[in-house]
Amino acid sequence: MNFPHKNIIGIKEMTAEEINFILDSAESFKEINRRDIKKVPTLRGKTIINLFFEASTRTRTSFEIAGKRMSADTINISASGSSVAKGETLEDTAKNIEAMNADAIVMRHSASGACEYLAKRLDCAIVNAGDGMHEHPSQALLDAFTIREHKGKIEGLTVAIIGDITHSRVVRSNIYCLSKLGAKVRVAGPGTMLPPGIDKLGCEAYTNIDEAIKGSDVVMMLRIQRERQGAPLIPSVREYCKFFSLTEERLKLAKEDAIVMHPGPINRGVELPTSIADGPQNVILDQVENGVAVRMALLYLACGGEKLQD
Amino acid sequence: MKVLVKSGRVVDPANNIDEKLDILIEDGKIAELAANIDAGDAEIINAAGTIVTPGLIDMHVHLREPGLEYKEDIVSGTAAAAAGGVTSVACMPNTCPPIDNLPLAQFVINKARYEGSANVFPIGAISQGQKGEILTEMGELLEGGCVGFSDDGGPVKNGEMMRRALEYANTFGAPIISHAEDLSLVAGGAMNEGAVATELGLKGIPNAAEDAMASRDIMLAELTGAHLHLAHVSTRGSLELIRQAKSRGVRVTCEVTPHHFSLTEEAVRGYDTNAKMNPPLRTQDDVDAVRAALADGTVDAIATDHAPHHVDDKNVEFAVAANGIVGLETLLPLTLKLVADKVISLPQAISLMSCNPAKILNIDRGTLSIGAIADITLINPNKEWLVEAEALRSKSKNSYFIGQTLRGCAIKTLRAGKVVFSRD
Repeated sequence: MNFPHKNIIGIKEMTAEEINFILDSAESFKEINRRDIKKVPTLRGKTIINLFFEASTRTRTSFEIAGKRMSADTINISASGSSVAKGETLEDTAKNIEAMNADAIVMRHSASGACEYLAKRLDCAIVNAGDGMHEHPSQALLDAFTIREHKGKIEGLTVAIIGDITHSRVVRSNIYCLSKLGAKVRVAGPGTMLPPGIDKLGCEAYTNIDEAIKGSDVVMMLRIQRERQGAPLIPSVREYCKFFSLTEERLKLAKEDAIVMHPGPINRGVELPTSIADGPQNVILDQVENGVAVRMALLYLACGGEKLQD
Repeated sequence: MKVLVKSGRVVDPANNIDEKLDILIEDGKIAELAANIDAGDAEIINAAGTIVTPGLIDMHVHLREPGLEYKEDIVSGTAAAAAGGVTSVACMPNTCPPIDNLPLAQFVINKARYEGSANVFPIGAISQGQKGEILTEMGELLEGGCVGFSDDGGPVKNGEMMRRALEYANTFGAPIISHAEDLSLVAGGAMNEGAVATELGLKGIPNAAEDAMASRDIMLAELTGAHLHLAHVSTRGSLELIRQAKSRGVRVTCEVTPHHFSLTEEAVRGYDTNAKMNPPLRTQDDVDAVRAALADGTVDAIATDHAPHHVDDKNVEFAVAANGIVGLETLLPLTLKLVADKVISLPQAISLMSCNPAKILNIDRGTLSIGAIADITLINPNKEWLVEAEALRSKSKNSYFIGQTLRGCAIKTLRAGKVVFSRD
């Protein structure tokens, strides 16, 4: 199929067919990651810049490995120590990178819309590695990939996402991705962490997590992002845990074969106890492994990989 | 020196005039209004086919001088006013430094008098440095030419401070203009709170942030008996509070902006920073409420909140972009659209931009009465024109309407009988 997007900004702009195309591509890349020699020449001669304005270990490393396994030159720039600290604008920073003939910029930024902003101003491909509270498309795609791998399908499943919905870009991308693929998405959290109109994105919203978990095929827990909280949204972590963390009791409300997911990093004993984080239903490290394959597929598309094959 | 404005449809709501008349101007003042004036040696301005109104008044403008001249200055800002058919502006004091003392106010007045293309009536700060702590010398500021007081750009947070400001300004008969916003409820928000903000991942500003403060200020106006004017009202709730207060006899007036009756929060999609303002663009329900309040007279004035910002302040991530858009040059077509949409009549529209704001600010403008200063605007209500950045007189080009074709514009603007702007 012809994938029409040069930039990967959000799942909202993608069709179900395009999402499935990315997931199918990722299947073949996953095999490469399990080889003894984990390198193919697919993107040899391509330059990919990881431009990270927010701290990240998992996502940045995952994109870096994804590029390197396809033989691209990947360079990491973190905002600290860069010219941003000297007051340079985002546009100027990015244009300087583009002037060095980068093929793709993978960006994480604290401002919602920052990737769309760059995409309008630059010719090189922009891949969103998380923008503010807006979208985190590669995370949603690796989540969908992992669900599909474990459940054999996505259509007809019920997925419960629990935690700080307001500040989560992962939730927004997942709502679009999973609902487009035919799953039913439920989100749950305290009233202070459920943004107005979230249901209009394609989900049901709950303040009682037992109701959200009941009968679901997938339970996805989100990290409580303390650093994002400007106003007092919860009285204490202790009380939050009492009402909103996943316990073994609560997990029993889900389907017997339900899987437990988490985009990481996990706070053991906050969103979920160690017994579940390490338990038989968890697929958290599968998500991480699949992240590399999905990001290989995204970089392949962003760098014009389809054309390279012709 | 005589000027004869001939054969226009004269709309002067202050005098209930709406008919085809000639206007004779002598020495910068209105000398005669009648059909077919024969004034021999007068310079003739053919106004056939145009609407002739009192020079428009925009009671909420940011001229940015002193201190922020890279965005706008008195010369460019008043040139934009004249091009928009506006002969008088009230300029807000949130300059650098703020207009909180007599010499600064007089600098603005004098600069406008000698170099500007429109009359400038400064709004003095309520508090020294706009810090919300100590009142300005309001009596002296009024003597020097200020026409009201505001800490616009932000609210007066402290309730007692606002109460005393109302009481003290009322001593001299001047209005307090409130930028009603509870900052603790805004809490870093960047657009209207709701489904669009949730989708875009932008922190929202609830209507309650405006309604709560508007409510406090109305209660204080009721307590003190002073004249409160609420600036740039954007919510259904605030308008309802104002409507109720007026029916109780509270001395409250209010203004709305063209962007709040023309645009909704949907304009923010795509993270267009020219759709970022404070108060934010609201929902269709609020726009409907604003239009209904214009129709029923709850709204006293249309003012642009002309907020020039340099491209560098706007060409950034949405959350950190400056608030506001320029408005002087699009005031007329956007307001005439209300007439075309049958929300208000043409005389109502002109009242909202002339005699009403003049009354609120107690200035001797906004009418074509015999003896009045001859500030006059000639309007072609049907001319369609493309809003182009390069053509705007304002130094800043932060208009959401660039690229749109609007209908209606000023074709001649007269200030004290002299043509300060003209287009074909």
